[in-house]
Amino acid sequence: MKKESEIGQMQAKAVNDFCMTVCTVNGSGSATANTTLLRAMFHMGIPVSGKNIFPSNIKGLPTWFSIRVSKDGYLARVAHDDIIVQMNSTTFTEDLDYNVPGGVIFYADHIAVPIHRDDVIAYPMPVKQLISEADVPRNLRDYMENMVYVGVVSQMLGIDLGVVHQVLLNQFTQKTSVAESNFAMVKLAADWARDNLEKQDRYFIESMPPLEDYIMTDGNTAGALGAIYGGFQFCGWYPITPASSLAESLNTFAPQLRQDPKTGRNTFAIVQAEDELASIGMAVGAGWAGIRSMTSTSGPGVSLMTEYMSLAYYAEVPLVLWDVQRVGPSTGLPTRTGQGDLNLTYFLGHGDTNQIILIPSTVNECFTFGWQAFDYAEEFQTPVIILSDLDLGMNQWMTRKFEYPNQPIQRGKILWEEDLENFGKEWGRYLDVDGDGIPYRTVMGNTHPKAPYFTRGTGHDEYGNYSEEPDVWVRVMDRIKAKIENAREKLPKPEIREVEGARIGLIGMGSTEPAFLEAQDKLKAVGIRCDYMRIRALPFSQEVGDFIHAHNVNYVVELNRDGQLNQILTIDYCHLTEKMVSLAFMDGLPMTADYIVNAVVERERK
Amino acid sequence: MAEKTVSTNQIGLTRTDYRGEVSTLCPGCGHNTISVQIITACFEMNIPPEKIVKFSGIGCSSKSPTYFLSKSFGFNGLHGRMPSLALGAAFGDRQMKVVGVSGDGDTASIGIGQFKHLIRRNLPMVYIVENNGVYGLTKGQFSATAEMGLELKHQGMNPFMPIDIVKEALVGNASFVARSFAGDPKQVRELLKAALSHNGTSVIDIISPCVSFNDREDTLHSYQWGRQHEAPLHDISYVPTRRAIILDEFGEGSFKEVTLHDGSVVVLKKLEKEYDPTDKFQALKILEEGERDHYLVTGLIYVNPDQPSLYDFLNLTDEPLNRVKSDDLRPSPESLEAINQAMV
Repeated sequence: MKKESEIGQMQAKAVNDFCMTVCTVNGSGSATANTTLLRAMFHMGIPVSGKNIFPSNIKGLPTWFSIRVSKDGYLARVAHDDIIVQMNSTTFTEDLDYNVPGGVIFYADHIAVPIHRDDVIAYPMPVKQLISEADVPRNLRDYMENMVYVGVVSQMLGIDLGVVHQVLLNQFTQKTSVAESNFAMVKLAADWARDNLEKQDRYFIESMPPLEDYIMTDGNTAGALGAIYGGFQFCGWYPITPASSLAESLNTFAPQLRQDPKTGRNTFAIVQAEDELASIGMAVGAGWAGIRSMTSTSGPGVSLMTEYMSLAYYAEVPLVLWDVQRVGPSTGLPTRTGQGDLNLTYFLGHGDTNQIILIPSTVNECFTFGWQAFDYAEEFQTPVIILSDLDLGMNQWMTRKFEYPNQPIQRGKILWEEDLENFGKEWGRYLDVDGDGIPYRTVMGNTHPKAPYFTRGTGHDEYGNYSEEPDVWVRVMDRIKAKIENAREKLPKPEIREVEGARIGLIGMGSTEPAFLEAQDKLKAVGIRCDYMRIRALPFSQEVGDFIHAHNVNYVVELNRDGQLNQILTIDYCHLTEKMVSLAFMDGLPMTADYIVNAVVERERK
Repeated sequence: MAEKTVSTNQIGLTRTDYRGEVSTLCPGCGHNTISVQIITACFEMNIPPEKIVKFSGIGCSSKSPTYFLSKSFGFNGLHGRMPSLALGAAFGDRQMKVVGVSGDGDTASIGIGQFKHLIRRNLPMVYIVENNGVYGLTKGQFSATAEMGLELKHQGMNPFMPIDIVKEALVGNASFVARSFAGDPKQVRELLKAALSHNGTSVIDIISPCVSFNDREDTLHSYQWGRQHEAPLHDISYVPTRRAIILDEFGEGSFKEVTLHDGSVVVLKKLEKEYDPTDKFQALKILEEGERDHYLVTGLIYVNPDQPSLYDFLNLTDEPLNRVKSDDLRPSPESLEAINQAMV
């Protein structure tokens, strides 16, 4: 076995540029410890991302928390580990195989599994000994064990203990004593490491200039806040991983943000439904009644919501549906991420349907789309689906601060008593007065004699009357199609990041953004110049086709098996099919830059 | 009783103002009788049609909301999923009287879950089940309320036990449970009025014969069986808030009164035996007795006027949510800045 000092000297010092994975047992309370490490580095000005790879289980199965530290701001997942913090004996050997040569393992020294690699640096942590020295109450021991690795890792990498202390105080704002006892454990472990471990490895954390315009949170929290600032008034929802925390965040934040200041009464209602059939039914009812309505779910829930979404499309009911995607088909991988619901949602419903889709790629954008979605839904009088995913929704991300909405709430073409009185034109619920395919609507409670109409999912004419007339059917369906077509140029445009002289296009959507940005730079470094277009909404706008047209070849990279985005692009731009190549891939894990780089290089070097 | 010569009600509307389009259901269908009683109840209660909102699911019964109250908003939703639709919509304006019409196919099969959960939440609304034991719109298949042994043309014999909607409501902790018979329009009307005044989900299961597919004289959902076997628990009369009750006008006998949440009173005149509709044990017992002894128990089976409704838990503004100004729906820029600060 090589001496550890020799291994550490093999490679140059790595400052603020590595991936560390903490391996624990689900339910052991490691989330606080991991978040503390993540936030401490973030506070030190270092770009970081944290990804929790967890099982569909409450207690006992292995779980991993990977922290990417990148001075260059690359936040995508990487498939290897520079540093492993090992608290779980059952995955000890397997996890070690992910370690890079010259990498590091911190391990709880009561784990009696041999270290089978001689090219890594191993630091034992006397977890049990330190816990007993600290005299931790028995019921808190398992939990406090996690603070041992926070202390040891901080000491060995150079994470500022003062910052760790502050982060703990921030996390336990209501319970300072808890924060202090946690920190005492961190300090004890750090002191032990200082006195007993010799730094052998090449990984270091050093402070960088503050990340001033950034915050750290998850996409589900951001989506809920977006809804609150978008004036949501009703949410019917049903628990499902990975969407539950979105509606739960509404419950957390709405009572403090959305009470009438004069009366202290709520301007919103949240109802946990009995299932997704009911949560969408409630959302359709509320949207129809003229209140800003939403629901949140994941793939299996979307399947159940299909019939009401078909009705909402045809009866032209505004609502917002968050689909925080997990891996299907079927129950699939409920705790893993993917982008497999695009085809399902874009055409959600039986018959000719076509839904409006928004696809955020950052936590910040979850907030922005969270409020904008209501404006779009009411403007176009149709459901708007926001496609997030588990990676974006549940993981902690550093993201730009939320920006206050830059325009007042847009309620669309809604007529109250006075509006109807002064309308001056003929009114029918489905009558296209303005020629843009969007009719005017009245809602229940409007007492104007002309206001009431009967809404139905059956065939209806421009006045809402039942009709089986072939001509009427064609007319109404064509108008709805025109309405959705008219949305193309009003929805969020794609974002394009250009590289000078590029003839190759990369096309993606959603949470794979960090992998694309990194891959674009890496490809450039090996002489492959690519422009990158991130699609933010469907149906596509003009710019999407222009981008495809402008490049010799476009690689469409997405987290699903069949290349669903590529399929829809192919439908819209069938004359450009030869310019599009699908590089779809799905294994349940977030996209890596290396996957994109390797897949593109392989094709380009053929 | 009031003279029937008055052509307008207290808010100056005529019965015509409460009418709907011409029914396309079969002549003689029990559902049409019920539609007429909805019209009459709303007219006599002086409810402005624009303050009523109608919902339904899918089936013959669910078609009927277009046959009454044309001046009210309405929404014909999905099979068995009227409860969720109505619940979401009700939040738009809680002052609206919510009337849902369903059938046995709609409620007792796909809709049984939503039915039970609506009841559990006690959303203030009237939930009418037009119950005929058969699927009419798809031409004569068994529904889940069809009795065991029922024989239908093309279907053979029903081998399964029926679902009893009233019992489901009762064990589901409904706060208002009634059964009636389309052949007893006066009772239907008075129950509807009481239901419209109740602050919670009011379930009225109305045996409403299907003249096309299930009206053979010996079957439980037929006119003839109903007429011969109906056993009302009481003679029910609804008295609105404003009027002092003079029992004399209800004739001689023994009476029970139930005061509803809005101050209106249901006067129950004793018929054969004492019955207290606030006693759930008695309610369950009378239903079992009816089943055992082959008679149709009708009337107000159970009521708890004080059971909290869904709204009681939500601390909502008095102003209808759908009239809250947009500016009042968006928190301040300062509040967002505070959130940003907390997430650093």
